[in-house]
Amino acid sequence: MALINVNPTRMELTRLKKRLLVARRGHKLLKDKRDELMKKFMDLIKKNKELRQKVEAMMMDVHSSFLIARSVMPSEIVEESLMFPKQKVFLQASIKHIMSVEVPELKFETTSSDDKDIYPYGFAHTSGELDSAITSLSKVMQYLLELAEVEKSVQLLAEEIEKTRRRVNALEYVLIPQLTDTIKYITMKLEENERGNLTRLMKVKDMMIEQSRRKSRS
Amino acid sequence: MYKVGVIGDKDSILGFKILGLSVFPVTSPEEAAKILNKIAKEEYAVIYITENIAAQIRETINAYKSSRFPAIIPIPGNEGSLGIGMEEIKESMIKAIGTDILG
Repeated sequence: MALINVNPTRMELTRLKKRLLVARRGHKLLKDKRDELMKKFMDLIKKNKELRQKVEAMMMDVHSSFLIARSVMPSEIVEESLMFPKQKVFLQASIKHIMSVEVPELKFETTSSDDKDIYPYGFAHTSGELDSAITSLSKVMQYLLELAEVEKSVQLLAEEIEKTRRRVNALEYVLIPQLTDTIKYITMKLEENERGNLTRLMKVKDMMIEQSRRKSRS
Repeated sequence: MYKVGVIGDKDSILGFKILGLSVFPVTSPEEAAKILNKIAKEEYAVIYITENIAAQIRETINAYKSSRFPAIIPIPGNEGSLGIGMEEIKESMIKAIGTDILG
């Protein structure tokens, strides 16, 4: 039994009762928040896993096609061809709220108008393998970005769930029992005082009756 | 406007350059950590790191986990997937739920 160190007075009792009320309400709210976060988290993590598997498989294809491209062409030419990119990627990042957790929402924009026209080199000195490697890479990009968004959200949500869970537990297993115990202790103490007072009064009354009886006799 | 960065060994990430991402070829984990710390302060919203490098600079990456930007995402390099990305998903799940329920 853990008690908060307070004076057992009536004022303290009302104060503690108010605190208990607030703690209970906070506990309920936080618990609801945790449950809802958990639900959202489950959806996201499933999506994250699927996406990652997909992206990893696609990346493997990209790497192998680059490897082939490099094997049929001298590596200097590959590097030279890739030296000056034609397009630039910019991210439009906005913030989405999931249960008051701020998660990023990413949209990407490229500066080139046509996605077919991303090859920054002439086709004379390069092989077709390089072209296909780049095409497959540009296909992965969209998924990679989605993965980034989902994975970051998962990380942030995990953090928030951990925090919320800790708060819920602290309220449930520490603060609320402490408050109820202390309230009980104060009520009991006050009742005890009341009883002590009553017996004292009865005793005094007896003594007074005794006294007045003796006076009237004499 | 945010940018996208890629850190990794040269052979794995060369292709990203053509898509217009900022590419930072590195050779050692120390170099990677240094660049990561530098570009994380700039306007990069997403930074991809190849898994073999990411595995060696875990602490540096974990420092950015709780901030909104940048999102640091491990991607498989050209030697294949090392399962680090998957492991991270698992870690997040254990952190949030307590057990790995997706298996």
